[in-house]
Amino acid sequence: MTVTEDQGPDVAALEADFDRTVAAEGRVEPRDWMPEGYRKTLIRQIAQHAHSEIIGMQPEGNWILRAPSLRRKAILLAKVQDEAGHGLYLYSATETLGVDRGELTEKLIDSKQKYSSIFNYPTLTFADIGVIGWLVDGAAIVNQVPLCRSSYGPYARAMVRICKEESFHQRQGFELLRALMAGTDAQREMVQDAVDRWWWPSLMMFGPADGDSPNTQQSMAWRIKRHTNDELRQRYVDMTVPQAEALGVTLPDPELRWNEEREAHDFGDIDWDEFMQVVKGAGPCNAQRLANRRAAHENGQWVRDAATAYAAKQAVKKVTAA
Amino acid sequence: MSMADDTTAHVEGEPRFDGTPKAVWPLYEVFVRGKRGLNHVHVGSLHAPDDTMALHNARNLYTRRNEGVSIWVVRGDAITASSPDEKDPFFAPSGDKVYRHPTFYDIPDNVPHL
Amino acid sequence: MDHTDPHDENVYDALATADEDGRWAFGTGFDAGDAEITAPSPEGVDRADLATYCLMLADDALIASQRLAGWTTKAPELEEEVALANIALDLLGQARVLLSRAGHLGAAEPYRVGPQDDEDVLTYFRDDRAFRNVTLAEADLGDFGRTVAWVLVFSAWRLALMQRLTGSRDPVLAAVAGKAVKELTYHRDYAAQWVLRLGDGTELSHARMQAGLDGVWPHVEELFLAHDVERRLVEAGVAVDPAELRGDVDAVVAQVLPAATLTRPETPAVGLVGGRGGRDGVHTEALGGVLALMQSLARAHPEATW
Repeated sequence: MTVTEDQGPDVAALEADFDRTVAAEGRVEPRDWMPEGYRKTLIRQIAQHAHSEIIGMQPEGNWILRAPSLRRKAILLAKVQDEAGHGLYLYSATETLGVDRGELTEKLIDSKQKYSSIFNYPTLTFADIGVIGWLVDGAAIVNQVPLCRSSYGPYARAMVRICKEESFHQRQGFELLRALMAGTDAQREMVQDAVDRWWWPSLMMFGPADGDSPNTQQSMAWRIKRHTNDELRQRYVDMTVPQAEALGVTLPDPELRWNEEREAHDFGDIDWDEFMQVVKGAGPCNAQRLANRRAAHENGQWVRDAATAYAAKQAVKKVTAA
Repeated sequence: MSMADDTTAHVEGEPRFDGTPKAVWPLYEVFVRGKRGLNHVHVGSLHAPDDTMALHNARNLYTRRNEGVSIWVVRGDAITASSPDEKDPFFAPSGDKVYRHPTFYDIPDNVPHL
Repeated sequence: MDHTDPHDENVYDALATADEDGRWAFGTGFDAGDAEITAPSPEGVDRADLATYCLMLADDALIASQRLAGWTTKAPELEEEVALANIALDLLGQARVLLSRAGHLGAAEPYRVGPQDDEDVLTYFRDDRAFRNVTLAEADLGDFGRTVAWVLVFSAWRLALMQRLTGSRDPVLAAVAGKAVKELTYHRDYAAQWVLRLGDGTELSHARMQAGLDGVWPHVEELFLAHDVERRLVEAGVAVDPAELRGDVDAVVAQVLPAATLTRPETPAVGLVGGRGGRDGVHTEALGGVLALMQSLARAHPEATW
């Protein structure tokens, strides 16, 4: 997509103005001039975030019909519904940048845009539902709370709404795990098994190490991002360790220990090969997640077409009646 | 739940969308008055085939069917917007749209590389 | 937008304290309306009959909700994802109050194997022959056309029922009905809007909408048959006579179908087995599959709560 407005003698002045606004913690709004790179970075990041919400419905949706109590069923259904809502808020933010949601959906199902790799892991037991709430939503919150101050107004506003609901989600996850840990041996084993499978992928959610994340500096200068990947990852580990102790689960990392000097936890090396493999599409569920999304989209085409046709007919009727 | 992990750090540029979108519902902007005594406030947008469904969808999405909330929906292409910065001449041609980027203009299908 | 508090990153603080209100996300609240489920059954009303009637109305909503929840991640558009989940959540909420009421009246005792609440005992540890829902509730939802036909018929019928039930002598039923009327009115209108659009949309959608309606129709006749329990409770001023509901449902159908360019189906009604249908626990084969999935995890851990 080309934007013609950013060519011309005043671009330098516009850019200086833009930089001043951003540096002063001002907000950039949809019709403001913005550098094309800023716009592209935002579209990529917000779309990826929106796709993550929508694809993220699948691993949890996997357990709605089997939820073992009606209270859990209602919570899970409402949570997955919230995620559809979050996806919609975020797609709405991308629309303000001039991208159509239909176009982004096509890019998603054609594997031209990414979503968070965490959702390419399977949910194998009901404890996974609790662990997704606790660890995955927890990591998402660490990442997202700073985004409430993102320089782009529509994104920041969407994030405020989303973060409010995410904290409910995380609490329900933790509460579910506490209930299971207070339950039978089988339930406790289920929780530990789920923690063992989700811990490392949740650390990967913060993205590559800072040295391997070349876009980070620019995103931070633009105030799209507020902290580096490694800063957020460290914060997440430090917050999660005492919670794991409170729950009575073991985080599967023998190198995890408090470092008095750094006043932070040391932790083991992340398996970046696995990370890259999943990012490239070879994770346990990549194909399945995309196939499901594609099927829903394509199976819904006749419905969307019908509604469009009906609206056109009604518009004609209105005109002829007038 | 979810987040944007920085997995595209190594992906070059934005791949250009080359598919043909089929019937896509128009965009509606949504304004909500949370309670009496307040103004309607813009809360976001959604897609719907027509006004009636736009209201249904807005109620579901932005108010979660909270009763007593007043909602306005208006098609995005029906809004005329001011330029953010009157001294800037670049905005003159697009000063009539809410968002000023390319896909908000009807482009005939047979025009390449627009 | 205001800058967020710099300490807001400590969102974890809230984790340590239990939240007692149970309202984690929209729509999960457990709300019996004005009446407590522990209210005594009205004078002169048979407790077992009242429990069975609560189960009938609960099971309709429970199984319908389970079916609708199956749309999750498969809806034709994200807005519809949200709408269908709303309907499923409303019905689940109705089911939970009614199941708890039935449990309070003793209905859960024969099925109790562990420490679960009444609503869960009744949901997870009853076999299909003990479910009392009409067979429409368990019917396959098929494509989106069939689903909206199903929601239209189901909600028009249940709305007519709940409108009358607001005058029930049982305070819990009256309270449930009061809340349900608002919800079902919305469900009916949502479905009617879609039946219009699919019926009078494209040629393809018209054909699929008509086929969906034809597929749902065989389950309609059963909606108006009164069970002995219902007859006795109608006498006692507690229940609604299903035969009375036909006029309301017909009126909705007569209004919507012509506007949608659809014709009223003439597909024959699903036959009863020896005169018995869903209200007697004699179901279609579909229910067994629905329950097998719904109950699998809970039954694998009968001693557990979640």
